[in-house]
Amino acid sequence: MTMPPKARALIVHALLVAAALLVLIPVVWVVAAGFRTQISLLSGAFWFTPVLKNFNEVLFSKTSDFLVNYRNSLVVGTLSTLICLLAATLAAWSLNRMSWPRWFVHVFLGWALVFHMFPPLALASAWFTIMRTVGLDNTLTAVVLAHTVLNLPMALWLMGVFVRDVPVELEEAARLDGATTPVLLWRIVLPIIAPGLAATAILTFVFSWNDFGVALTLTMKQTATVPVAIAKFAQDYEILYTQMAAAAALSILPALVLLIIGQRYIVAGLTQGAVK
Amino acid sequence: MKPSASAAAQMAAVAAEPSAPAGRPAAADFRRGLDERAWRWLTLSPALLLLLALSVLPLVNLFATSFFTVSWSGGHSSFAAAGLNNYRALAGDTLFRAGILNTILFALFAVGGQMLCGFVLALLCTGVTRGRLLYRTIFILPILVPGIVVGAIWKLLLNFDFGLVNQAIALVGIDPLNWLGSATTALASVIFVDIWHWTPFCFLLFLAGLQSLPQDVYEAAKIDGASGWQELTYVTLPMMLPTIMVTFAFRLVLAFKVFDEVYLLTGGGPGTSTQVMSFTLYQRFFREDQTGYGSAMSVAIIFMTCILLSAAFAARGRMGAAK
Repeated sequence: MTMPPKARALIVHALLVAAALLVLIPVVWVVAAGFRTQISLLSGAFWFTPVLKNFNEVLFSKTSDFLVNYRNSLVVGTLSTLICLLAATLAAWSLNRMSWPRWFVHVFLGWALVFHMFPPLALASAWFTIMRTVGLDNTLTAVVLAHTVLNLPMALWLMGVFVRDVPVELEEAARLDGATTPVLLWRIVLPIIAPGLAATAILTFVFSWNDFGVALTLTMKQTATVPVAIAKFAQDYEILYTQMAAAAALSILPALVLLIIGQRYIVAGLTQGAVK
Repeated sequence: MKPSASAAAQMAAVAAEPSAPAGRPAAADFRRGLDERAWRWLTLSPALLLLLALSVLPLVNLFATSFFTVSWSGGHSSFAAAGLNNYRALAGDTLFRAGILNTILFALFAVGGQMLCGFVLALLCTGVTRGRLLYRTIFILPILVPGIVVGAIWKLLLNFDFGLVNQAIALVGIDPLNWLGSATTALASVIFVDIWHWTPFCFLLFLAGLQSLPQDVYEAAKIDGASGWQELTYVTLPMMLPTIMVTFAFRLVLAFKVFDEVYLLTGGGPGTSTQVMSFTLYQRFFREDQTGYGSAMSVAIIFMTCILLSAAFAARGRMGAAK
C-alpha cells in the first residue's frame, strides 16, 4: 500500500468505530426510549426528561405479568441448562471414552446435528400435540424439556471437544488406582473440563432465554417467558412503544451481565461450536 | 491437583510392586467389563432418552398426524383419515409457496450480507492491535440479544412517524419511508435487521479463521512484492475458503428457521411480502388449529431442510476430497 501506515491505521479505526456505533446506537436508543413518555417519543424530540413510569408499569402494575414472566424465564433457563449440561457431559464422555461401536457414535451425533438444524417451529407443533396428550401442556416443565433438547446437540458437540482434550493417561492412571467411574468423572474429568462447562452453560442459558417460537407455542399467560411477554406489547390494538422498550431493556440485562463476565468463554463456545 | 496426586500415587505403587499390572486376576477383568458396560449405558442414557422422547417420537407423531384431518372441539380431538390430501393441499397453498420463495430470498441476501460485512470487519480487526478486545466485545452484543428484542428495537427505529432511521435520512433531505409498512421495502428491511443481528457471528468465525492462518505465507507474498489486493485474493481468500464454506452452510440453515424478527416486525405482511415458512406454519397450525395440515407442512419443511443439509454435506465432502 502506498498510504502511510499512520493514515491507514486511522482509517481502519474510523471504520471499526463506525461499525461499533451501528451496533451500540440502536440498543442505547431503545433503552433510552424506555425512559421516555409516549408523547416525547412520538414527537421525535432529541432531548427528553427521563421518567421511570414505563419501568414502574411493566414491573409493578396490576395488569402486567412481567415479573412472573421474568421468573419463568430464569427458572426455565436455569433448569434446562443444568439438565442439558448433565446429560451432554455424561453422553460426550461416554461416546468418546467408552467402547461404543463407531457406527453408533456416528448415528447418535449425526442425528443430534441434523435434528439441531430443523426449524424449531416444525418441532414445536409436534411437541405441542405430545405435551397435550401427556397432560404437560401449559406447564413450565414442557418448556424446560423443549429447551433442554433444543440445546442438547450444541452442548454435546462442545462438551465432546472439551472431553477429548482430557489426557487419556490421567484417566488410565486413576483407573489403575482403582477409581470407579463416578469418582473418575468427579475428581479427574470435571476439574479439567470446568472452563468448557462454563462456556457451554453461558450459551445454553442465553439460547433458552432468547427462545421465542417454542415458548410462544408451549405457554399461556401464566407460563409465558420474557420474549413472549415482549411480543405481547406489540400485539395489542395500540402498540405500547415505551413499555415495550422498557421491557426490552430489562430483558437484555442477563445477557449483558454474562457478556461482561464471560466474554472469553462466549467467544470460545461460539467459534468452537461452529468450526469443530 | 487431584490428577497429579493420583498419578504420583500410581507411580509409587508400580515402583513398590512392579508385577502388579501384569498379574491382574481374570475375575477382576470380568467384573470390570461388566462394570464398564453398565456405566457406558448409564452415562449415555439421559441424553439418549431425551433425544428419543423429544426428537424421534415427535417426528414419528408428526408424520403420522400428517395423514389425518384433525378437528378440535371442547378440548377433544377427532381424527379422520385424509390419505395424501394434506400433501395435495400443500401444493396448492399460495401462502406456503410465498413462504418458500421469501425464505429463499431472505436466506440468500441476509447470509450474503452478513458474510460480506463480517469478513470486512474481521479483516479490519486483525489489522489493529489496540482495542481489538473492545471491538470484539461490542460486536458480540447483537448475538446475545433475543431475536424478539432485535425485532422490538428495529420496530421502533424503523417507525414511519418517529423512528430514528427516518429522522436520520431527513437530515440528508430524503423523505421518510414506510420501511415495514410498504410491500416494496418490508422484506429488504427484515433482511437488513437480520444482517444487523448475525453479522457479529460471521465476524467471530472469520476472525478466528484469520488468526489461525500461517504467517510465513504472508511473508513469502510480501517478498514476492504482492500488493494488498493481491494478498487478499491470492493468499487470504483461498486459505479462508474452508471457514467461509462452513460459515455459509451454518448460517444458511439457521436463516431458514427465521421466525422471531418477522413475527414482531411485520407479521408476514404487508400482503405476503414477508411471509416466511416458519410463520406460515405457525399461522396454519396454531392460529387456525389445522393440526393435520400443519403437521404435513412441518414434514415438508423438515424434508426441505434435509435436502439443504445433504447439499451442504456434499459440498463439504467434495472440498475435503479436493484438499
